[in-house]
Amino acid sequence: MIPEYLVPVIWAVLYLLLAPVAGGLIAGIDRKVTARMQGRVGPPLLQPFYDVAKLFEKENLVVTASQNFFVLSYLVFMAVAGALFFSGGDMLLVIFAFTLSHIFLVLGAYASYSPYSHIGAERELLQIIAYEPMIILTAVGMYMVTRSFFVSAIVTSDIPVILYLPGVFIGYLIVLTIKLRKSPFDLSTSHHAHQELVKGVTTDFGGPNLGKIEIAHWYEYVFLLGVVWLFFAWNPVIAVAAIIIAYFLEILIDNTFARVKWQLMIRSAWIIAGTLGLVNLGVLYYLRMVGVP
Amino acid sequence: MTYLKKSPWLLHYDASSCNGCDIEVLAALTPIYDVERFGIINTGNPKHADIFLVTGSVNTQNKQVLINTYEQIPEPKVVIAIGICATSGGIFRECYNILGGIDKVIPVDVYVTGCAARPESIIDGVVTALGILEQKRLAMKTKTKTARAADAR
Amino acid sequence: MSILQLLLYLILFPLITALFMLVSRKDTGRKAIIQLSAIAIGIVSFLVLLFGYYRGTLIFSIDPDPVSQIMFFIELVLAAYILYLGIRHRKLLTVFLILFQAGLLLYFELVFSENLHIGNNLFLDQFSIIMALIIGIIGSLICVYAVGYMETYHHHHTEIRDRRNLFFGILFIFLSAMFGLVFSNNLLWVFFFWEITTICSFLLIGYSQSEEATNNSFLALSMNLLGGVAFMAALIYLVIIDPTGQLLSLNFLISSGKAVALVPAVLICFAGITKAALMPFSSWLVGAMVAPTPVSALLHSSTMVKAGVYIIVRFAPVLSGTTEGLIIALVGGTTFALASFIAISQNNAKKVLAYSTIANLGLIVACAGVGTYNLMWVAILLIIFHAIAKSLMFLCVGTVEHRIGSRNIEDMGGLIVRMPKLAMMMFIGMAGMFLAPFGMVISKWAAIEAFITAPFGLIFIAILAFGGSATVFFWSKWMGKIISVMRDEPVIEDTVKKEKWVVLYILTALVVIVCLIFPLISSVLIEPFILNIYGQTARLSQANLSIMLMMLCLLLIMPFSLLFYRKGAHYAPPYMGGRPVEGHMRFSGSMGVTRELVLSNYYMTDLFGEDRLFMVGTSLCWALLLFAGILLLGVIL
Repeated sequence: MIPEYLVPVIWAVLYLLLAPVAGGLIAGIDRKVTARMQGRVGPPLLQPFYDVAKLFEKENLVVTASQNFFVLSYLVFMAVAGALFFSGGDMLLVIFAFTLSHIFLVLGAYASYSPYSHIGAERELLQIIAYEPMIILTAVGMYMVTRSFFVSAIVTSDIPVILYLPGVFIGYLIVLTIKLRKSPFDLSTSHHAHQELVKGVTTDFGGPNLGKIEIAHWYEYVFLLGVVWLFFAWNPVIAVAAIIIAYFLEILIDNTFARVKWQLMIRSAWIIAGTLGLVNLGVLYYLRMVGVP
Repeated sequence: MTYLKKSPWLLHYDASSCNGCDIEVLAALTPIYDVERFGIINTGNPKHADIFLVTGSVNTQNKQVLINTYEQIPEPKVVIAIGICATSGGIFRECYNILGGIDKVIPVDVYVTGCAARPESIIDGVVTALGILEQKRLAMKTKTKTARAADAR
Repeated sequence: MSILQLLLYLILFPLITALFMLVSRKDTGRKAIIQLSAIAIGIVSFLVLLFGYYRGTLIFSIDPDPVSQIMFFIELVLAAYILYLGIRHRKLLTVFLILFQAGLLLYFELVFSENLHIGNNLFLDQFSIIMALIIGIIGSLICVYAVGYMETYHHHHTEIRDRRNLFFGILFIFLSAMFGLVFSNNLLWVFFFWEITTICSFLLIGYSQSEEATNNSFLALSMNLLGGVAFMAALIYLVIIDPTGQLLSLNFLISSGKAVALVPAVLICFAGITKAALMPFSSWLVGAMVAPTPVSALLHSSTMVKAGVYIIVRFAPVLSGTTEGLIIALVGGTTFALASFIAISQNNAKKVLAYSTIANLGLIVACAGVGTYNLMWVAILLIIFHAIAKSLMFLCVGTVEHRIGSRNIEDMGGLIVRMPKLAMMMFIGMAGMFLAPFGMVISKWAAIEAFITAPFGLIFIAILAFGGSATVFFWSKWMGKIISVMRDEPVIEDTVKKEKWVVLYILTALVVIVCLIFPLISSVLIEPFILNIYGQTARLSQANLSIMLMMLCLLLIMPFSLLFYRKGAHYAPPYMGGRPVEGHMRFSGSMGVTRELVLSNYYMTDLFGEDRLFMVGTSLCWALLLFAGILLLGVIL
């Protein structure tokens, strides 16, 4: 049938082509559900696609030419990192590739030397350091249960990962709120509040650049929900249900909580999520040492 | 098929308004009128906007601000003057500091009169502006096409 | 030309250059001699690589007399000199420590030296080759850079006495001592070269002879002397166990197993900890930043402090699996995490670099202390990548400081406009420190994968995760500062001298090249070395290597996208609420007052303040060291 070595390539290509579509649909569902929660009708489901298409029709207005480079790099490396994940690559390399792409967004905001972009960039950096330890602990947890860092092995394993990593999962959900840019942790740029420090990181991006940032966010959604899948990979039906429930929970939290200051964000991510994750992993480690499989 | 009509993003600026028209603009975003179902979002900064909604008239202090903000909106763009103050100066027309309606400073495409302008009129004005936006977009496309052809020759 | 001749050349030739430096007075002769010597040293180091990489471990028998007697004599003279200086400047701790150390030295010589028969005094293996390359290539480049730097330095600081002949002389003596250190198999010789590097560091930190410099130089001296005392104690212990001195051969000691080697290993590793400025001894390195930048680049980031971690990595096979090794690793790990946090709150560029150096050295020691075979691999990789990237950063910061007159990161805003080439090099240097797919990230990745299979690895993974994200923060905000485009600023980098450009270009290229060829370095040098010691070796999987290579190539291609955007670009000012803005961020504020916008990074001193975290780190690490000491006493008694 299909040769062994081509399967990852096919997965990567499928991701590169389909993830924007899936991500856009997820964003559309997000806005619709949010509107319903607020007692409104809300935009059509395909609205995010209309938004991005319109953005590409606008002229490319920049503050400095290097912004184009940074946004393009952000998009390219986001796609590369997600493609790596879906082709079954090393989870840690995927995490580092994602960090690389986020740094490009931050640098693009710094390049314009504007007050709002600057604060947005600093807050984005704070968000990065808030969630990165937890994401690394997630990857480490996956290794401890399935004995491999490779996504291809984790996804095909038939061990119910969630049963061994409940603390890590809750910690991941906390940082998922940060990564999805949802209240209470939507400090650097927010999808719904368009005026929090004037859109923060994305303030001085217009037209096609903003469209590319949006597409990069869609790639990211698919990856983030893919990680949720990994926790439930042993049973695809439960996995899909878990993704739906987790995302719905995120939307609910978004609409019910107010934005917090960065100090509380870092404390929640590092102390709460970190403790949950570390205790979980510590228990697993101890059990492994004692001999429980 | 243009997507500008499907996803027009607003920038709302209060020039020297009494806030009456501003409240009506924001009312349009609430669940009663819910303009987000047309894809309209009230953005915070000019670089993300297509439609520039201005209330209140021009005075010496906000004249340059209006111009700066207008210039930071990427093409294609339309300007809507909301309320009679933005249209012509309204009841404050003869004040010593008022220079007049905003068309004294930036080109206006749609005038929505009223004091305060009702949300229905504002939405109507925005819909009219979308048609003008489409014309501008086509003009921009042909302009870049001729510019590129001129470069090639 | 035999390898032994090459090694002796590397140890002795810099001494000749040093002699010339000490007698020469004019600058032009100096520049030519240094450049020629640098090229010679670089070439010979490369020859050592070419002739030696496939030979495994080579041991050379040289008659220790009269070299050992000369060394002893020099050590006594230096001890007397330090005693004199310590008394003159009234530094009680230094006086006490040098008397203690000299006393131990005399005790050793008088009681034990007749019975010593140590033949295998020099050796070469792959790890020594790597260290020699670092010293030979990066060290010589920094010496070439230093010529131009010191000229500008004295131009700016006319109040400092011009003792450049002494400065360059000591630099080359230091290079010679470093070569001697990494080629010596006889622990007595290692100790001699170790002490020489301590003295060189002491003299160079105090170069400007200001009160702050003098105090900091004595601080560095005391802490390093403390390590020297521990080193001496280890030597005495070894010679008491075996009076023939056979255990004083490094290769023999390491292969004789934990029962014999553990106590001296821990003592020598304590010396390594003081030299590598891990907590609780980190203050000397931070204080050493008052020295001229080439000193910081050469001694305090790429070479001398690497000697400290070099000796700890050498002893890693002895430490692995032991509690003492774990404690040393915890000291390293704690240093890594806390130093990274402290660096967030610093705005002095050299202090940020100093804390980053301390953090990375801590990480290397954490890997070496746990000491499994794959962690050794990571430690050596870290040594290589860090030496290159950090020396580039120091040299760039030195050049920037001379042009803009400030070491404060906040004054480096818009550097990409004012000094474009230098800003690009700093960008690459910083990327090399924390961005995938550059070297340090490869090492961190390999470290996580290695710690996960090591005993108690979870603690270290947690330290890596949290400390690692702290490094992302402070590097990114510095990067962001220098790439902000502030229009209408004049370009001020044209006055930088040509030799400095050559050095900076070479180092920048090395950052990228070493990252590209690291699989080659790994398979040719590192893996055989580890295979030899542990019987198995580590490597990154082939698939991952190809992916990283692809990412690096992609990263190098991306900047060309800027060419596509040149046509038809429309520029707008940044959004400032529409306020009238003139020139460089001067805007019309309320009440008609014109204000200037100042954007500054977050330093979060209440969370990551130096004083508080330093207190935490020092107490934690002292506690750990005392615990290790108690365990050691238990073993001895």
